[in-house]
This record gives sequence, structure tokens and C-alpha cells, in this order.
Amino acid sequence: MKINALTLAVAATLFTTPLWADTPKSGGDVVVTYQNDVATLDPAIGYDWQNWSMIKSLFVRLMDYKPGTTELVKSLAEDYSISPDGLVYSFTLVKGVKFQNGRELVASDVKYSLERTVNPKTQSPGAGFFSSIVGYEDMTAGKSTSLDGVKVVDDQHLTITLSAPNATFLHIMAINFASVVPKEAVEQWGADFGKHPVGSGAFRLADWKLGQKLELVKNPDYFQKGLPYVDKITFEIGQDPTVALLRLNKGEVDIAGDGVPPAQFLQFKNDPASKPLLVTGNQLQTGYVTLKTTLPPFDNLKVRQAINMAISKERIVRIINGRAVPANQPLPPAMPGYDTQYKGLPYDVEGAKKLLADAGLAKGFDTELYVMNTDPQPRIAQSIQQDLAKVGIRVQIKSLAQANVIAAGSSKDQAPMVWSGGMAWIADFPDPSNFYGPILGCTGAVEGGWNWSLYCNKALDERAAKADAMARPEQQAERTEAWKKIFIDAMADAPWVPVFNEQRFTVRSKRMGGDDALYVDPVHVPVNYDYIWVK
Amino acid sequence: MLPFICRRVGYALLILLGVTFITYLLLFLLPADPARQIAGRSATPEVVAAIRAQLGLDLPFYQQYLNYLGNLLHFDLGRSYIQRTAVSELIGSRLRPSLELMAAGIGFELLIGVSLGMLAALKRDSFADKLLMAFSFVGVSAPQFIAAMLFLYFFAVQLGWFPLGGYGGASHLMLPALTLGLLGSGWYSRMVRSSMIEVLHQDFIRTARAKGLSRARVVFVHLLPNAIVPVIPMIGIDIGVFMGGLVVVESVFGWPGIGQLAWQSIQQVDIPVIVGVTTLSAVAIVLGNLLADLVIPLVDPRIDIKQH
Amino acid sequence: MSTLKALLRRPAVAVSLLFIAMVVLLAVLAPWLSPFDPDEQFVEGLSMEGAPLAPATPYWMGTDLLGRDLLSRLIFGARTSLFIGLLANGMAVLIGTLVGLTAGFVRGWLGSVLMRVTDLMMAFPALLLAIALSAIFQPSVWIVAMVIAMVNWVQIARVIYAETVALSARDFVAVERTLGASSLRILFSHLLPHLLPTILVWATLGISTTVLLEATLSYLGVGVQPPTPSWGNIIFESQTYFTSAPWLVFIPGAAIILLSLAFNLVGDALRDELDPTLKGRR
Repeated sequence: MKINALTLAVAATLFTTPLWADTPKSGGDVVVTYQNDVATLDPAIGYDWQNWSMIKSLFVRLMDYKPGTTELVKSLAEDYSISPDGLVYSFTLVKGVKFQNGRELVASDVKYSLERTVNPKTQSPGAGFFSSIVGYEDMTAGKSTSLDGVKVVDDQHLTITLSAPNATFLHIMAINFASVVPKEAVEQWGADFGKHPVGSGAFRLADWKLGQKLELVKNPDYFQKGLPYVDKITFEIGQDPTVALLRLNKGEVDIAGDGVPPAQFLQFKNDPASKPLLVTGNQLQTGYVTLKTTLPPFDNLKVRQAINMAISKERIVRIINGRAVPANQPLPPAMPGYDTQYKGLPYDVEGAKKLLADAGLAKGFDTELYVMNTDPQPRIAQSIQQDLAKVGIRVQIKSLAQANVIAAGSSKDQAPMVWSGGMAWIADFPDPSNFYGPILGCTGAVEGGWNWSLYCNKALDERAAKADAMARPEQQAERTEAWKKIFIDAMADAPWVPVFNEQRFTVRSKRMGGDDALYVDPVHVPVNYDYIWVK
Repeated sequence: MLPFICRRVGYALLILLGVTFITYLLLFLLPADPARQIAGRSATPEVVAAIRAQLGLDLPFYQQYLNYLGNLLHFDLGRSYIQRTAVSELIGSRLRPSLELMAAGIGFELLIGVSLGMLAALKRDSFADKLLMAFSFVGVSAPQFIAAMLFLYFFAVQLGWFPLGGYGGASHLMLPALTLGLLGSGWYSRMVRSSMIEVLHQDFIRTARAKGLSRARVVFVHLLPNAIVPVIPMIGIDIGVFMGGLVVVESVFGWPGIGQLAWQSIQQVDIPVIVGVTTLSAVAIVLGNLLADLVIPLVDPRIDIKQH
Repeated sequence: MSTLKALLRRPAVAVSLLFIAMVVLLAVLAPWLSPFDPDEQFVEGLSMEGAPLAPATPYWMGTDLLGRDLLSRLIFGARTSLFIGLLANGMAVLIGTLVGLTAGFVRGWLGSVLMRVTDLMMAFPALLLAIALSAIFQPSVWIVAMVIAMVNWVQIARVIYAETVALSARDFVAVERTLGASSLRILFSHLLPHLLPTILVWATLGISTTVLLEATLSYLGVGVQPPTPSWGNIIFESQTYFTSAPWLVFIPGAAIILLSLAFNLVGDALRDELDPTLKGRR
């Protein structure tokens, strides 16, 4: 299927360096609004839409990404080297990085932070990312309280030993859960550390009125000189997105963190006054329908292929006012490993009917489609329902709260079809392996996992593990090719119907400066606060 | 009076016990697993199991409930699964704004509702009466989101009389309270109108008029106290409803009340918060009803409430 | 019969009865009266950018966010909304009146228990019950009706109780007792007529609120599942679009208001005809 020029252009911006239109100015206060509460600012725990980029700006990590792109760069790690066998990473830390409380950051702090995330007592949702570090199993089982694989050489030098070569390891060192925290502050605040974060990032927390607002102020001792540009960011919580737009137009708000609500999108996009305030970006996201491969009749490949051919993705994209791009494979276009040549299964109602007849289901069958109940997901589900009715498949829609859909999704005998919109899947880091393991791999095909189609192809799992072992820089092209083939071969089994790749829209006021890519940053979701500035 | 109040307080505690039990039980029966919610998308089954053990979610129901009750007696409402903050802190930070909105909202409901109802009753079957009746129906039937957005747009954006939402002093409180007042006044105005029409035809009113008392005196001293009786339990009910949270109005006006907390926690199956908010709501309802029962005999001295 | 004739003499009431009859007819004869299939999403029903169409031929009341004909959905939606508005609300009013009346009249031990049960039910987390029920049973209109009735009866019980207590304290009740009237007679011949106005307010205004409450519950997974229409859920799913597609909110909204109003006008007129104290005093 041809990708349109727009997608290519936007994808290209994700890989090029941002060109500053003007020179950034220092100073100024910014107001950002969100509807939902910020849960916590504890980097080991925070995992929601609001706090992800806040945590990135409050803490430092060994690695980071070039602003507005998916390109890895060194951050806290001034330099690093990988052993020839790919098992030992040696990091040299930048000297003179200070925590908010005045103390200098040293290598033992990095070790402490990683151990804290892996420690079951912390209940971190990100503990699983660090499974490749030696000593992980012992810590998770409670047999040990330290990660043997992480060794402190001296205050500026650290080595991490892996149990097997892992090509995604540097991405893992850039993820929020690897942020560095000071032991004394964590022990002082205990379970409340999330409300009183102490880090060494570009900003620090100045005030937090629960349920109302948070204030982040510039960290004058931030080790990257010149950053951040703004002096203060105020996050106002509990704001309805439609009202946030009204206030933005009035000048009270600078960034509408939740973007344009679907109901206002067309009006906003077509209004010449507000159009320049809208920033469009691609996310590393795919929306798909999972088909439970273990539940008849979805255990029949022909049935799964028929469903793929019966759903009109163009109509769904039209229903959501063009806020997405139709998809034909699991990976989003911006992800390395995306196959631009792959055509996938076409929209062909007659072909679908024929396949169903071949499978002995000419009269169709009854089934259920689970969907999250927030607009526009139920509408998308109803469009799918009508499409499938045309080939004889009678779908009953179950529109429930997110938690209930997730609970049913991984159950063996429930949720034969699930529309993933609003719940899954956005990449945690810009690497294809993150799109495989949890949602298509055998490890995710369990009760409580996110592989709702319960698809388990051991051969593909082996190839995935081999691809991830190609950690050396000279193997990267080979690795990308390997992943490309893995996903295309997975599509041959049609465990899913990939429907679309949703775009992201942020609204920023006229006084906000900085490249557009910063406002739809693919990693510092949604906004890269370190680099934005006020005109 | 004292034994009456003691008895009611005793009942109140029993009711609270019942409510916490039922809430806990209902949440226990829900298929959604809080451990999985907290563990997030990339968690392995071991991580989920570890979290479940940490939170004590693998204990049998009665043990979990008893633990909760035990903590409750120390005023420890537990910690939110999602926010990791003490539930009492989460609720406490939103309590004052909710109380302020409740007082102002009910105040406006009464002000608008009672006066319109009185007017409609006194001018029965006139055009004004029909207009007021239609107004009350529109108010009650209007979806809150739309009414709130319309008021915000008209009064704050177009006219600029009020700020565009947010929490603060009286100017920030006016618009949400007025919205709630106008929407909710329909019930009160209809009740007052009905009730007044009833009382208007009583003999003692004719006597009062015959005695030559001024119309105003008749209305306010004789009519209103009798007609207002059904309104008082409605206020009690309203207190309970407001405390349960008005998520739509709070969201549109950016008012940091309990409603938003309650709604988010239900969507996320954040059990400690749900139970905490439900308990608070129950306390408010029981108190509201008790207050209403105490006020009624003050208004109508013929009633002897102590018979209960 | 004479009551009916008296009612029909009033123009407003006659129109209301006609309107109610029309809505009932629409609900019953929906499949034959509706111009299109209410669930059919027409490709031509949306603009090129996916926006719903304003009222025009062939979609006389416009289309909704999926390109479905609004008029057809309104006609079929009358079924659910009528069922909920009348049955659920009616049940709530009936139970609430019985409980409140008994508690207020009998007082003592029974009355106390009844009122405390009412308190408990009021404090009961109905929303949670709705979600739990929908997880266990197949969501349906019956569950919604049950939940709504369970939630709403307590409010009217409280108000009826207070009024009954006030009425019982009045002289005329004492007089009736000394005259030897049985409790039941006092209850039905003397107290109930005075409570009728309150009951009517709840019975009529309640139609609107229950229809909207049904929409909220359906959103949480109880009640009718998409694509089944109801007046409440049409409003609910379109309310954020009211600036770009106001017909999706105003037309069903008007339908709900008119239905509620119609019942109110009929009820008021009925009360006037039946209320002994008002006979001849108009």
C-alpha cells in the first residue's frame, strides 16, 4: 500500500536535526493544561500521559534523544564503550552534575536508581525493561537486594553487564525508569517521593497543589548549559480540553496538553486564525483489532484474513476526520523496520466473503468486539461492526471502561475481538522490538498480558531474540532488515487487523517558540519542555 | 432530644459500615485487576504478581476488608493505587472547593427555585406561570455539559464578566454555582409551586387574609413556612448528590472538586480512592438527612420528630 | 370517563395527550414508520471530511456522527426512552411513595427502620452496582431500569415521608381519628390526595432525568450497547459536538423536554380534576 507524501514528509522530520527558525530566547513563564491528574513524579513509577515528559525534565538519564527526533544521544553518559562480545557497557559520567539538594551526582547513584526500579517493593511498572541486566532474576525473586550486573568503578565510571547481548539496551538507559534519583531524598520522603521529587534535570518542582496545579522552575545548575530556556512552567490540572482551547485563544494558556478534542478538530483545522497554532506530528502508534487465535472460528487463518479484507480503513479514518493514516502492518511508518513496499491485504468485500465460504462459514457467525468507551472508539467499533455485517459476521459491541476491556482482553475465553484504540499500542522507546514482545510475542500471550490475540509463534520469537542480540553498531542495518521480515511474516498469520496510525496534535499559542517537532516530540511525549522557549 | 440524636448517630455508623462493606464487595467482584492496572503495559507476570502481593490483593476478601476497616478507625484511608498518595490527602485537598461549590450551588438553587416557585403559585395559570414551568423543565432536562459550556462561553468569553474557570475567590465561584443553581432550580420551583398551591387553599390562609393582614405578611409568614416542608429533605438529598461529585461542571469550569477524583478513580479502578469517596459521600448523605430531619420541626412546630 | 372529557376540554392538555399518543405510536410502529434503518451508516451521510450533515433531504433531521439518519434513530430510540422514562421512573415513584407514606404515617419502630434503609440505599454506590452488574450479566435495558428505579425511589421516599409527617400532625387527621376513621381510610382518602402534587412533580420531571441517567449508565457499559439508539445516548455521544452539529443535541433534547412537559400538563390537569380541596375553588 502506498504511503502518501504527507506521511513520508512527517517521518522525515523525525530523523533530521531540528532547524531553529529563530534563536531561542531565555526567560518567560509558560502555562500548560491537562484534564487528568498527574499521578506521581516518581520516575520509577510514573507512566501516564501527563507525567512522562515532566519526569524527563526533572531527572537525568545516561542516554537521551535529540530533541524532536528518535535519535539516541549521550546525556549523563559523557562517553560509553561496549565490549566486543556485547555484554559489558562501560559508561563515563559527566562530572559536576548536581542534585536539587546540592549534592553531586556519582556513579553509585545510578546503581541505586536502577536497583530501586527493579526492586519489587517499589512496584515499578518498568521493572521488566531491565531484565537483561545480570542479577535481575535474583532481585525480582527477592533473593537479593542488589543488581550484581551493575558495578561502580569509581565516582565517574560505571559498568553494566548483561546476561545476553541486547540491541535495545541503550534505549533502556534513556527510558524514564532509568532516571537517577538521590538515595537520601528517597529515604526521607519514602512513599511520598513521587510528590516531592528530587532530581538533577532541567527543571525542579517548586509547588504542587493537589488537583489544581504544579509549578516547575528552571534549574540554574543544570549540567547542559543554556538549558532550559523558560523560567517557569505551570501545569493546570482538571481542565476540560474544549475550555483549554478557549483559554488559549484568550491568551491565558500557552499549550493545550490534551490537544484538540475530536469534536472541535474540523472547526479548528479549517479556521485560518487557529490553524497556525496546530502542530501535527506522527506518533509511534498503531491501532489494530486483535483476533483471538485460540478461539474458534478465529483459529482459522482464512477467517482472520477475511476480516482483514472486510474492514474499510479509509472510512474509519474519515469518521475520525482524517486524524490518522491507514495502516497495513504492525509497525508505524516512523519506526525503523517499517516496510514501505508491503501491500498487505486489500479492502475486498467479495474476496472476504469467498474466504469465509472456503472456511465453511458462508452463513457467517456471531461474535463480540470489545472497545473502550471514550469517544471516538465506540464509533470506530460501530463502523467495523457494519463492515463485518456486510460479510455475514454479526458483531455485538461491548463498550466498557478501559480497565475492564484490558481485563477481558487477555482472558482465554473472552474478548474474541478487541479494538485497541485508546489503550494500545504506543512504543515505549523507538525500537521495533518494543512492538513485538508485549503484543505479538509468546511472553505477552498470557493471562494479564497485552498480546490479546494470544498469538504465539515460537519460530518468530527465536528470530526476534536473535535480532535483539545484534547489538553492535555495524549490525544495525542487518537488524532492521531482520525485524522488517519478522513483522511481515507475522502479518502472514493475520493475528491482527492493523487499522491506522494515529497522528498527534498539540496546540500552542502564538508566543511559543521552538521547532514544531518539539511540540509533538515522539519521545518526550507530548512536549519537550527543555527546549521550548517564549518569543 | 439527646437520645434521639444519639440513636441517629448510631444508625449512621451502621449505615457507613454497610456502605463500605458493599462498596468493597462490589469492587472485589469486578473483573478488572488493579495490580495489572498499576503494573502497566510492559510488565511481566512476575512483576504483576509482586505488585499484587505488595498491595495485599491476594488475600481473601474478608481479610482485605477487615484490614481496611482497621485502618479506617485510625483515619487511614489507604493509598491510591494509581497516584501512590494517601487517599485522605487526595480527598482533603479537594474537600474545601467541593464544600464551597455545594454551599453556593444549593444557595442559588434555593434562591432561584423558591422565588420562581412562589411566583408561579401566586400567579397560577397565567402566562408567567407557564413560562416558569417551561423554564424548569428545560433546566432539568438540559445536559449539564452543554449548559455549562454555553454559560462559560456567553458570560466568560463573550461578555467577560467572569474568569474562564479555575479556582479562586467569589468571581471564580459565581459561574459554576450559578450554572448549578439554574439547572437544579427546576426541582425546587416545581415543588414549591405545587406545595404552595396546596396551602393557598387552606382555610387558615383565608382567615389570615380576612383578618386584613398584608399580602406580604401572609405569603412570607404563613404560606412559605408551610409550603417549604417538602423542600427541606430535598436539600438533604442535594447535599449528598453534590458531595458525590459533579464531574461535568467541575471539569468545564476547572473546579478542583471531588467529582473529578471520583470519576477518574472509577475509570481506573483505583479501589482505595473509590471506597474513600463513596464513604465520604455516604457521610454527607447521612448528615444531610439528619440535618433535614432536625430542621423540619423548627419550620413546622406541629411536627414532633422525636417520635422516631 | 367524565374526567377524560374534562381533561380534553383544555387545549393544552389535549395537545399533550396527542403528543404522548404519537410518541407511543412511533415506538410501537417504529419499523414501519422509520424512513431508514436506524443503524445503517451511510457513506453519503458524512461530508468528505467526516462531518455529520445538517437537516436536509433525504435526511430530514440530519445525520449523526456515523452518517446515520437522525430521524430513524429518534423513532427507534423512542422505544428505549419511553420504556425507561415510564417504567423505571414509574417504579421508582411507586416504591418511593409506598415507603415514604408508610414510614411517615406509621412512625415508631417500623418507620424508623424504613427511613434508615432509605438512608442506606441513598448512600449506596449505585454507579458501582451498575458497573458490577454489567460485568456479571448481559447489559440490557432491564438492568438500567432496575438500577434507575433503585436509585431514584429513595429521593421521593424522603420527600413523601416529610410531607406525610407534616400532614399527620395536622388537625384534620386528629379529627378524623376521633371520628373513628380507620388508618387505611385516612391514608387513602385524606393523605394521598394532598401528596398527589408532590408525586406528580416527581413522576413528570423524573422522566427527563431518568432518560439522561440511562445515557450515562449506557456509557459505563450498563444498558443498551451501541448501536442501539435511545434519546439519551444520542445526546450523550454528540454533546461535545454541539457547536458543529447542534441538531444532534437540540432535536432529541426537545423530544425529551416535550415528553416530560406533556406528562406534566396531563398530570397537573388530572390533579386538578381529582383533588377534593380544589373542587370548585378554581
